[in-house]
Amino acid sequence: MNWIIETRGLTREFRVRDGFQRRRIQAVTDLDLRVRPGEAVGYIGANGAGKSTTIKMLTGILVPTSGSARTCGREPVRERRQLAREIGVVFGQRSQLWWDLPVRDSFRLLAAIHGLAADRAKSRRDQLIERLEIGEFLTTPVRQLSLGQRMRAEVAAAMLHSPRLVILDEPTIGLDVLSKQRLREFLIAERREQGTTLMLTTHDTGDVERLCDRILVVDRGRLAYDGTLAGLSRTVGAQRVLVVDLDRPTPDLVGIPDTRHLGSEGDGLRQELAFDSEATTAAQVLAAVTAHAEVIDLAVREPDIEDVVRRIYAASRTDS
Amino acid sequence: MAEATTGSRGWRTDLAAYRAVLGSRIEAQRSYRVSFAVDLASSLLVGVVELAEVLVLYRTVDRIGGLDLAQILLVFGLADFCFSLADLSFGHCDRMPTYVRAGTLDVLYLRPQPLLLQLVTSDISLRRLARAAVGLIALVAGLALSDVPWSIGAVLLIGIALVSGYVTFAASFVSAAGLQFFVINGAEMTNAYVYGGRYAASQPASVWGRPLKVIFGFFFPMAFTAYLPVVTLLDLPGSDFLPQWLGWCAPVAALWSVLFAALCWRAGVRHYQGGGG
Repeated sequence: MNWIIETRGLTREFRVRDGFQRRRIQAVTDLDLRVRPGEAVGYIGANGAGKSTTIKMLTGILVPTSGSARTCGREPVRERRQLAREIGVVFGQRSQLWWDLPVRDSFRLLAAIHGLAADRAKSRRDQLIERLEIGEFLTTPVRQLSLGQRMRAEVAAAMLHSPRLVILDEPTIGLDVLSKQRLREFLIAERREQGTTLMLTTHDTGDVERLCDRILVVDRGRLAYDGTLAGLSRTVGAQRVLVVDLDRPTPDLVGIPDTRHLGSEGDGLRQELAFDSEATTAAQVLAAVTAHAEVIDLAVREPDIEDVVRRIYAASRTDS
Repeated sequence: MAEATTGSRGWRTDLAAYRAVLGSRIEAQRSYRVSFAVDLASSLLVGVVELAEVLVLYRTVDRIGGLDLAQILLVFGLADFCFSLADLSFGHCDRMPTYVRAGTLDVLYLRPQPLLLQLVTSDISLRRLARAAVGLIALVAGLALSDVPWSIGAVLLIGIALVSGYVTFAASFVSAAGLQFFVINGAEMTNAYVYGGRYAASQPASVWGRPLKVIFGFFFPMAFTAYLPVVTLLDLPGSDFLPQWLGWCAPVAALWSVLFAALCWRAGVRHYQGGGG
């Protein structure tokens, strides 16, 4: 198998000064990752869990303390320059655009940096401008862009050279709902058409649900989970919640099969029922509720990714 | 896809990339005309004040370290002109700590060019042209007023001194950048030899004590950028540790500076990959 990302026993230590003593901190410990070309992987974990350190090792910025990494079949540190032509990276917190130049000029410079042929660069640029709806602020200097606009420009900049692998570190942080939506749609289309491999770190449940078909949870530098989101919720027993607004005050709905009554408001006008996706469906629960009272409005609350991660952490703490 | 971006284009592609980035920096500075004019003026003022310092000193004495006013103008001009050109093209390297903190350096790692070349070509400070102009005027005045025994050898020596001086100062900016990886707040320390070095270079090295001669004569070879070539050019007596013929050795000093800079830079980058985060 030709893995696009493959790490074996990847470990990274930092030495930090603690008063007069020097301590070693393991940011990443014995990490074994394998990602297939074309996959979309969510790399999830709390702040300080080792996500950024892993990304820096995969892209050739940091040297591993021990173990090995191969990205696009290359050794990241030794073959950094060749690798740079095959990967695109977006760091949510740092910009690769020139802050005092119009967005258009940044694209022109990046095309030169990656040595793209003029016609190819132009057609790709036009495609990205259209899909990420950048046209309206193409001539605006980067420092005057809103966060959402800048983020779209950043993503376009990272993908101008049509990389095989795109790594996004917190791409939707701070974006409004509409900007998030646009960005996700773009990434989905890009992946479908170009077969681009995606790896993203995020705290956003929506990113994971919409974009990723595989989740990796990292805890204190170790891999704590590898599988699908549904499997993740199942593993930790995270439940979905159906919230129903009823037409009249109703006694607590405690008898609905495969659900747990979480609470009621306004004499039972609004009630919350937790259920397991494995045992039943939202439709079945709704049907059962309708037998007791008329439903005028409803919402389904998904398990929060932060909560799921917390549960995973708690479980791994009890094991060890 | 990948085949469009890799291939046999090598250094030509890289050259085009550096040119594009540098061109955009020049464009950006020119587009803010008022700010650029103010920058030029303030840079000019600093240059003039430093030149005035030398002139004022010579109102009270005729000679310092065996050099008269015309000769010291030549030393000052040579040193300042070379330093200003190095500052123009390499000066932004000493913003390394800012680049590390802001993540600019990480962004450079993600581009397919060598790190140092990217850093050097990432900016250019055109305002230093004003400073270089002051140096050039002092240099021309020094050449006109001193008794230069003009010959092919003399012209060659001046040419060698200019190139070596530029390289030596440029190297000092790079070694400073390399060392700043180790001490993120190390700008104070590296400024001491980058800007202290520039100051030392524009003085007659003959007045230095021995420790200073060892440090700025050889380790950071500032005496080779101006004082020694001038002593050789004008056939003046050398001094302790710094005989007259050393003026021809400016390229050796430049080479040593480049070597030292390369070592500092490599060590710095290794350390960043080893210790940053």
